[in-house]
Amino acid sequence: MKLHDPLTRYVVRLGDDALIMGHRLSEWMSRAPFLEEDIALSNVALDFVGRARLFYQYAADLMGGEVTENTFAYQRDVRDFTNLLLCELPRGDFAFTLCRQFLYDAYSLPFTQALCKSADSQLAAIAAKAEKESRYHLRRSRDWMLRLGDGTAESHERCQNALDQLWIYTDEMFECDALLDGLIATGVAVNTASLRSEWLATVTETLHAATLVIPEAQGGVTGGREGIHTDDLGFLLAEMQFMQRAYPGLQW
Amino acid sequence: MTSATADCIPLLPIEELARRRRRHESSVGHIWDLLDNVMDPEIPVISLYELGVLQDISREGNAVKLVLTPTYIGCPALGIMEEDARAALTAGGYHQVIVETRLAPAWTTAWLTPEARRKMTAYGVASPEKGGIACPQCGSVNTEVISEFGSTACKSLFRCVACHEPFDVFKAI
Repeated sequence: MKLHDPLTRYVVRLGDDALIMGHRLSEWMSRAPFLEEDIALSNVALDFVGRARLFYQYAADLMGGEVTENTFAYQRDVRDFTNLLLCELPRGDFAFTLCRQFLYDAYSLPFTQALCKSADSQLAAIAAKAEKESRYHLRRSRDWMLRLGDGTAESHERCQNALDQLWIYTDEMFECDALLDGLIATGVAVNTASLRSEWLATVTETLHAATLVIPEAQGGVTGGREGIHTDDLGFLLAEMQFMQRAYPGLQW
Repeated sequence: MTSATADCIPLLPIEELARRRRRHESSVGHIWDLLDNVMDPEIPVISLYELGVLQDISREGNAVKLVLTPTYIGCPALGIMEEDARAALTAGGYHQVIVETRLAPAWTTAWLTPEARRKMTAYGVASPEKGGIACPQCGSVNTEVISEFGSTACKSLFRCVACHEPFDVFKAI
């Protein structure tokens, strides 16, 4: 599925981030360390999948014709997905999931705040909803960083290991490309590069309070925005898309 | 305005004021009244209107058009609310119903009326107030959070230190 219109491509990109993040979180259902946390992870997953639906519905409206939100979620191949690599990494252990969440939430809050000011009124409306949720997500994932980082020797170690593995995937959040440059010029897209300092300030403050160390810069892995993904996304899609691929158009 | 005055006079958010005016000045007041019987599926003592989800009602030809706003983006209850509203309208003789989901202005707990908050507390769900979070069972404000997320997207889970009862709290967003 090739998309050409810049706005549609941008909207789908935002939907992809949300869907893949939401799906990874949903994998914790019935597997979380305890019941309350199981419910919490499922709720955050629901927020992200809900966000994805709004972006995809909007993209479907922009395209017209037979395309629906489900087309984007279930009928595209791995190379058509343009989510951040950070979102697709396997869930790992609990520390890995929470560290990923924290690093993303610290980005998502300033991102949705900035998107509220988009020249595109529908994107601004979606962002206004998402921003409230992101604020709540960040509060929770920050709390978990403090508990895990400043917890037991094992929780500290697992948390630090997770951060060390995740760090190289954070650069991609602030990357700009030709699509973004064009949409930034018209006031539609968020200039993500400008969010880095706020993100880093949040992360630095929290990691310091959690007795964790900011990993040393090792360069950044990118490619998600062009559809170049890790192997893991293919497996995720195989599971997520199976039903609609086997029985196209199936409904509950 | 000094902050003391602001504390004394509860100001209605401007979007909420506009919503009440839409109902007050509506030519289909009886449909608003009819939908007062449609409750939130998760907190069945609060109507869709009191919750702030029901934003507007109008006639489009023979059809009734409802404007709903979701509390949370991913809230699965919105679909149930829509079904329940359709069922109530059908029972009331309105067979053609159009539902529009509107995102802006974004829903906030600030739209809940004091009356809605009272009903919710009596039902066992606390709502965050300035003085802290009071246990809906014994009224103590000596309470602590168990989990930021409770049984639904809109609630978190607390425990009362005084009477030891766990309870849901409507999240303030």
